[in-house]
Amino acid sequence: MTKDVALDHVTIRFGSHTAVDNALLTIQGGEFFSFLGPSGCGKTTLLRCISGFIEPTEGRVLIGGNDMRRVGPNKRPTALIFQNLALFPLMSVAENIAFPLEVRGVGRKERRRRADELLDLIALPGVGDKKVYELSGGQRQRVAIARALAVEPDILLLDEPLSALDLKLRHHMRTELRSIQKRVGLTFIYITHDQGEALTMSDRVAVMSAGVVQQIDVPEVIYDRPRTAFVASFVGETNAISGKVASQSGGDVVVDTPIGMLPGRASGGRSYAPGDIVTLFIRPEQLAVGEAANAPSISCTVVKEEFEGSVRNLFLEDKGIPLRLSRVNSGSEGAPLVPGQVVKASYNPEKAWALPATPEA
Amino acid sequence: MSASTLRGQTFSVGYSLLFFGFLFGPLIIMTITAFNSSSFPRISPWECFTTEWFGVLVNDRRLMGGLVNSIIIGAGVVALSVPVGLAGALALAEIGPKLRSALYTVLITPILIPGVVLGISTIVFWGHIGRQLGFGYDSVFFNGMFLTIAGQVTFISAYAMLIFSARLQRFDPTLTEAALDLGATPGQAFRKIMLPFLRPAILSAAFLTLLASFENYNTTVFTILAQSTFTTALASKVRYGIDPSLSALAVIIIAVTLIGAMIQEAHTRRREAIVTGRASRSRLYGNPIGRFVAHPATIGLLLIALAAVAIWRGSLHDATVCKQEVIDEKRANQQRFLEEQQKRMKQNAPAPQPAQPGAPQGTKNPSPFGGAFGNVAPQSPDAAPPGPPPAQNPSPFGGAFQGLSPPKQ
Repeated sequence: MTKDVALDHVTIRFGSHTAVDNALLTIQGGEFFSFLGPSGCGKTTLLRCISGFIEPTEGRVLIGGNDMRRVGPNKRPTALIFQNLALFPLMSVAENIAFPLEVRGVGRKERRRRADELLDLIALPGVGDKKVYELSGGQRQRVAIARALAVEPDILLLDEPLSALDLKLRHHMRTELRSIQKRVGLTFIYITHDQGEALTMSDRVAVMSAGVVQQIDVPEVIYDRPRTAFVASFVGETNAISGKVASQSGGDVVVDTPIGMLPGRASGGRSYAPGDIVTLFIRPEQLAVGEAANAPSISCTVVKEEFEGSVRNLFLEDKGIPLRLSRVNSGSEGAPLVPGQVVKASYNPEKAWALPATPEA
Repeated sequence: MSASTLRGQTFSVGYSLLFFGFLFGPLIIMTITAFNSSSFPRISPWECFTTEWFGVLVNDRRLMGGLVNSIIIGAGVVALSVPVGLAGALALAEIGPKLRSALYTVLITPILIPGVVLGISTIVFWGHIGRQLGFGYDSVFFNGMFLTIAGQVTFISAYAMLIFSARLQRFDPTLTEAALDLGATPGQAFRKIMLPFLRPAILSAAFLTLLASFENYNTTVFTILAQSTFTTALASKVRYGIDPSLSALAVIIIAVTLIGAMIQEAHTRRREAIVTGRASRSRLYGNPIGRFVAHPATIGLLLIALAAVAIWRGSLHDATVCKQEVIDEKRANQQRFLEEQQKRMKQNAPAPQPAQPGAPQGTKNPSPFGGAFGNVAPQSPDAAPPGPPPAQNPSPFGGAFQGLSPPKQ
């Protein structure tokens, strides 16, 4: 049984500070939904609000259509996985996992049976009698998930649970989390500041900045068609070139920038008047060395080239505006470029976005 | 180089010896005096090895009654100040930072107020309440036990609070949140998560409050009114003159402390070995016999058994023969001395006899120490004339170190 979570115009204020501003969204039952944003953007506050530790100042939180106002965290069908996991240090692994059953008055034998079942589910059979400190970081991670699942929640909330792990384990746990979610079929609401995590695991991503939800969509759209300047610059690498709108026809915009007239697209059906100040965002991988047919090009000077394994990063510059270009390290990109050399960089205008310079209110 | 190291080492060893001598010297001396049959606590002259002072101690009804009172008061103080201190520490942990410093000051004030003031104000406060409510002097408001518990709790609970505060600072509040989130009620979260975490602090707070209550004098001496606790009984005993039964008491306290400390140490070491996982590799904990021997319960039982054997053997010890010998010897010495004196007096009879300043007069020994210093004052009635002329005295100390003591009266 999965339930929708709806945030109905939720605003949360602490004194004069607005942590979450008018969040309006619905998370479908069974979805892996991520909130992505820099620290301090209000995503953890929103999560604590869904789990019941904070009441919204305005608006409502609905779980499965029921208003959750004045329903305590112990009465909600949610389970939260804390950033530091909050495993109980004085209990064994099995006692930790069975804690939700213990407080519900389930007998000792049944608790142990459930704990062992859940340990099988997270692929850690036989560690029930160990102490928490005897486990590795990744194992603790999975125990925390098992403990949350013991509640039999409808919604699992995860607050940056992978941030304490090392890089390799983090990558492993991404697929692990995703497969656990598929197996149990619950709604997962995942909080992270790591775009890699959000993009790889999620069905949908909400990008947040300063308490405002900027864009909600599937990861591909978030990356390829950012709707605000914040989303464009926060998710992935990008080149930002400021300028003024010269003309617009349909979705196509021409931006007058210090490095020439550059064509792009207006995101989200916006229409600009000539002279509007915008920023043109071009991803480094959309830029290519050399000229191509029907593609605009910028002529610029090579500053340096960096080798990064799978890609080579080329740093270019024209009239003081830095540009970054990524080339896949396939071995067919020809002779290395030398600093000072003048090259042409072309791009696909369909993947360049002209967005208002300041985030819309 | 090596010379300076040697000198440094000599210095540090010498310093350590002095330091430990300073710390433990009084305890060692006191322990030895508990087994000397001399009626004043002293090491020299050594008379007889005896255990009678333990018997004297146990038969001291005032002291033993005080001990019972102290135990009752201690239990009451622990039962009240641990929960009160815990509540205070929890309140401190929960409220905002501005209020916190104010509340902290309020809670800590009783420790800073002199105990005498607390004692007097306790009597005045509860007496006033008692009278307002129309209770007589036989009511609980004028009961020394109740007043002592009330008075001690006012400041001892602040000690407990400090212990709990220190422990709570290391508590991760997300654990409570996690428990709530997993479906626990606030009460369950407190009982199952917070209390187990606080268990060591509860134990040390209980121990510390018990000690603080037991050894308290300056508040208790007022609040106990006509009754007495162990400490006040001890104090009045010292005032009326002391005997080695107090040393015997010190021996018992030292023994109990040592046994407790050793059990605690065994417990700590075992726990550390288990937690760090060194247990299986260590020589002591690695084999079953070592594990059994090093278990705190084994050590505790062993020490208590040793103490029991010591008490049993001690109770069988009879020093009457030795004491009789000492008395006889003293009598003989006395006799010999008197004879010598009389001989001298006959020789010097015409000589003038200036009054010796501070010389004992009369038959009764005027010294407040009851001859503790081996006074050579003439004791027998036929030695009534004033002491011998100072010029004839063989020693400037009046023979203090010849072990001449007045015979038993």
